[in-house]
Amino acid sequence: MTGQNIVGIVFSNAYDECLPELTGLRTMGSVPFAGRYRLIDFALSNMVNADIEKVGVITKSNYQSLMDHLGTGKPWDLSRKTEGMFLLPPFSTAEQGSNVDKIASLKGAMGFISRSNEEYVLFSDCNTVFNADVREIMDFHTEKDADITILYKHGISPALQDTMIMDVDSDGRVTKVSFAPSGAEDVNYSLNMILMKKSLLERLMNEAISQNLTDFESDIIQKNVDKLQIYGLEFKDYAVTIDSMSSYFKANMSLLEPEKCLNLFNSERPVYTKLKDDMPATYGIGSSVKNSLVANGCIIDGEVENSIVFRGARIEKGAIVKNSIVMQDTYIAQNATVNCVITDKNVVVTPNKSLSGAENYPVYIGKGIVI
Amino acid sequence: MARKKECIAMLLAGGQGSRLGVLTKNIAKPAVPYGGKYRIIDFPLSNCVNSGINTVGILTQYQPLELNDYIGNGSAWDLDRINGGVHMLSPYQQIKGMEWYKGTANAIYQNINFVDRYNPEYVAVLSGDHIYKMDYNKMLDYHKKNDAACTIAMLEVPWEEASRFGLMILNDDNSISEFEEKPKNPRSNKASMGVYIFTWSKLRQYLIDDENNPNSSNDFGKDVIPAMHKAGERMFAYLFDGYWKDVGTIDSLWEANLDLLNPKVDLDLSDNSWKIYSRTPTTPPQYIASTADVQNSMVSEGSRVFGEVDYSILFHDVTVEEGAKVRYSIVMPGAVIKKGADVEYAIIAEDAVIGENAKVGSCPEEIDNRDEWGVAVVGAGVTVGEGAEVAPKAMISENISKEGK
Repeated sequence: MTGQNIVGIVFSNAYDECLPELTGLRTMGSVPFAGRYRLIDFALSNMVNADIEKVGVITKSNYQSLMDHLGTGKPWDLSRKTEGMFLLPPFSTAEQGSNVDKIASLKGAMGFISRSNEEYVLFSDCNTVFNADVREIMDFHTEKDADITILYKHGISPALQDTMIMDVDSDGRVTKVSFAPSGAEDVNYSLNMILMKKSLLERLMNEAISQNLTDFESDIIQKNVDKLQIYGLEFKDYAVTIDSMSSYFKANMSLLEPEKCLNLFNSERPVYTKLKDDMPATYGIGSSVKNSLVANGCIIDGEVENSIVFRGARIEKGAIVKNSIVMQDTYIAQNATVNCVITDKNVVVTPNKSLSGAENYPVYIGKGIVI
Repeated sequence: MARKKECIAMLLAGGQGSRLGVLTKNIAKPAVPYGGKYRIIDFPLSNCVNSGINTVGILTQYQPLELNDYIGNGSAWDLDRINGGVHMLSPYQQIKGMEWYKGTANAIYQNINFVDRYNPEYVAVLSGDHIYKMDYNKMLDYHKKNDAACTIAMLEVPWEEASRFGLMILNDDNSISEFEEKPKNPRSNKASMGVYIFTWSKLRQYLIDDENNPNSSNDFGKDVIPAMHKAGERMFAYLFDGYWKDVGTIDSLWEANLDLLNPKVDLDLSDNSWKIYSRTPTTPPQYIASTADVQNSMVSEGSRVFGEVDYSILFHDVTVEEGAKVRYSIVMPGAVIKKGADVEYAIIAEDAVIGENAKVGSCPEEIDNRDEWGVAVVGAGVTVGEGAEVAPKAMISENISKEGK
């Protein structure tokens, strides 16, 4: 063991079902985000920025694109002789169940966790975009002598079935855990970044498995609120939890606000991603780009406003892209117009076509589709 | 002993590039930033990799720190190999003593042991200060076909500029009949690009002979090539007709950057079949604000533009504040152009700060005496104070304020 005394566990498939279109061919972890990232980049970067040197990525299904993205883990400095990144595909096909079945997923990874020399385990999902200082969580955990520490945010909870809503006392102790599937206002909701000792996890998992319990949040956390020292640490910086296509859309768009963008992408804790050797973005004569995030490799000759433009996208002369997310290598041809649209990778919008969605219901165009 | 390689490359990267002034104060010329995200050395290195040459020795001598750091283990170019890969070759102490690289030929001579490890048939000798995309493999085929001892890449330059170059006069079969070094009245417009392929067994002997010649300046162009020619070796010219630019001066560096914005220039960096690799920094996408106006420019990730950018190249992490204007300029990584500043026909080096309402450079039309006009250069980390002015053609390496120094 080197670096931190923590082994990181990332659930790459958690909540796939809330972005059915985008996760049709990929995991939640490999959903493109913010012009050049995949959602798993945030979870992994949070870990490596705290010197966590061993990370297991639990996968369940559709993980080809994830494997392609992660490679050997090198972009995150996780390609190591000792420790590094480990992909943990399902241990046996008998364990297939719903994606939210965290206990079953974890069961397959317990061998990996138990064999690790690290004393602590840190869990993270991929559907929350944030830049967290994991060291702070560790310090808090030690200071409170906690059994389990859960990072939470105060506000409107995401509309996900098993998001834990927590009552936290003035000392940070979690006194009650409940669930509000429809999105409750003004509550403390879990960001599902959870820290505990490995030995405790092993004990809790053994209990859960012996009793045939399946739900991590209710059977392991909620049930033990009185028995264990469970603490909550409030996360006060920018964080969005994606629970639907419209929240995915909004989360991307929120990065057009400079304060949020600078908070997420701060120089102290960079967000790492797979590198592509693209040239810088090129802006042609007569192009017009306003309030947009643009990645390298784009060639823009048309008009772009309030949009996120991923690597290698091409916006031709006379084309108009407004309030949209155009993913990698999208081609918007001459005089085509898109408004409130999400184009997946390699989409082609042919000349003079016009597509428009609404801000709360963006039109999604699947990978490689020619319109 | 390493496994045998058919061809390895030796990249000459030791030059100071003194004509680049403040830009090479702390870095070697091949490490000078170019094209919004690259450094000059990325071009020959990427050419090597794309040509299938995966063993490259980089000969360094002047200010190697940043270059060493940049190259690292070569993984950015896929040159971290089990056998071969990239190697930084600095002068080192030997049993007979220690000496600097006296010239380009001496630099290779001092590393004969390195080359011998791979027992190559051929060695490509490249220079680290040119911008071009070239398939060395095609040139190697040509070299083999001609059974040559030396093949020199050449390109046709405009006749009026020919006298600035080392020229070659060719026979019908493109074998070289004569060399002319920067002649007053050129008889040829075929200039050497500084790209050579040698048959190693031949070159090895000529390097040893050259070293034993006390009158030699140990330079490829001045000594070794003429000696080979004099001895009647088979020497051929290989015609290259793509984009090639020597970026040895401020003006040519500035031009070569802005060439990227000229659709007529044959240097396509978006070509996936011949990528130019570089070490990519970890930065978010670039943000172009509502107040910005970006025209005919290249901008790299991590930059934030609130002002006006026209016909310019912005590297990563550059900030152009609201109301600032950047025109016909190159702005290197981390530089900040503050509110109301006016930057024209300039090169702003890394992490420089141009204060509010400062003015750097000017367009040629504003200057009566054209000899006084030139590209203005602000050195790395230099702060140009609020309202201060940097004249065209000036090159500053110290902070300045409105009142002068």
